[in-house]
Amino acid sequence: MAERERSHTRPLGGRFVPHSQVLTAADVQRALTRMAHEVAERNGGLEDVVLVGLQTGGVDLANRMAKVLRDTEGEEVMVGTLDVAFYRDDIGLRPVLPEAATVIPTDLTGLVVVLVDDVLFTGRTVRAALNALADYGRARSVQLAVMVDRGHRELPIRPDYVGKNLPTRRDEMVDVTEDGVAIGTLEDR
Amino acid sequence: MAGIAEVLGVAEAFAEVERRAIPKVPTLRGKVIATLFFEESTRTRLSFETAAKRLSADVLSLAVATSAVKKGESLRDTVETVEALGIDALIIRHASSGAPLQVARWAKRARVVNAGDGWHEHPTQALVDCFTIRQVIAERTGVDPASLGVSCFAGLRILLVGDIAHSRVARSAVLAYAALGAEVTVVGPSSLLPPGIERWAVRVGTDLDAELARADVVSLLRLQSERGSGEFVPTLREYTARFGLTAARAERLAPHTIVTHPGPMVRGVEIASDVAELPNSVITRQVTNGVAVRMATLFLLLGAEGSAELAAGRG
Repeated sequence: MAERERSHTRPLGGRFVPHSQVLTAADVQRALTRMAHEVAERNGGLEDVVLVGLQTGGVDLANRMAKVLRDTEGEEVMVGTLDVAFYRDDIGLRPVLPEAATVIPTDLTGLVVVLVDDVLFTGRTVRAALNALADYGRARSVQLAVMVDRGHRELPIRPDYVGKNLPTRRDEMVDVTEDGVAIGTLEDR
Repeated sequence: MAGIAEVLGVAEAFAEVERRAIPKVPTLRGKVIATLFFEESTRTRLSFETAAKRLSADVLSLAVATSAVKKGESLRDTVETVEALGIDALIIRHASSGAPLQVARWAKRARVVNAGDGWHEHPTQALVDCFTIRQVIAERTGVDPASLGVSCFAGLRILLVGDIAHSRVARSAVLAYAALGAEVTVVGPSSLLPPGIERWAVRVGTDLDAELARADVVSLLRLQSERGSGEFVPTLREYTARFGLTAARAERLAPHTIVTHPGPMVRGVEIASDVAELPNSVITRQVTNGVAVRMATLFLLLGAEGSAELAAGRG
């Protein structure tokens, strides 16, 4: 789950107040296009590649990457979605609820899975996603694409494709929307 | 407390887990769940235990017939024993109405789930029925059940037939359906309508055939012979003739009408054997859905809770 949703999860919900715009919508599109090409380059094409968007922040990005690949490579790449609520390591520590649907279109055995998310922060969501993916088959490899890598990792996890490396303070929040990427803080409602 | 819509939404996520090759998630690892059934049960108990195992919880099932209850141990002492073992949740079925509530008052840390108490309530069954009805409506309209929310229940004409007085399923179902805005009608022998039914959020019908013709959902209830229902009707054959869903009646149902039965069925009494197999009947599906809905119930009680300080801040 993206940092945006996690922070909006009850009962900690708050109002995101942007302080500075980091990427415009056009910047995000350019970064997505580049990452999509990197995926095709690194895997020698798109055969056996599945893009899996993490609910909810990564889903739109995964679909847009698929569209870039369709338009430029002329190939249809499989896209899935994954909600990791049932695999989180903070169950019981704070309220956890599934946000949206998990749809994995195929058995993943032997395929290359590219996890797509908007913000990479502590790495705990990705850790949960790796466990969840294992229940859908033994993927040949799993790669990670994120629009923003904001640092502060708590687990040995690194991204394979990065839209933008963005140094942040821990208490800041990064918000990825259709309008671009902004840094801000979460205020009480 | 979680609302009906929230339980149905979470259950939908667990239904996806059940469709996987490996239908098991690590969500409640390390939690211990005990089932205490002081009354017999097949599907409710199996369904709760399957749900707990698919959530990776450890499950203990207390066989009352071979437990110290037979030596005269009180319910309170049984609960204290179970709690002393550090159990996280108790799933209780009891012949006395209100027993799970009383246990919940005694329990200091364990969460308590009512799996049916006397004539009073059977809340998870009502949730299963809501989930199943929504699922069927969603399939017919070709949409995702989660996207329907609970709006599909507004104005839905639901008919409950049979032994309303002794039915805990009926009491829970009427509460749930009414809360979701459905129009509920009950039909049954007047001797099997509970006292005070005029205060329920239902219309009492008399002519089963007229009511069947206009119902979107028909829920059949079992004649509860273990609670003496047989004494309230002249003969079973007469009951079937007036209040059973016979093959002839089933033929006259509207094509879209959904037939539900919480089980166990007594074929040939409240439902004809062939009718139970009709495409309109979703009885087997209710059993299947029982697992996802009970996974949602256990998850919301044990997994979705916040830490004490967060819960305090929830307001």
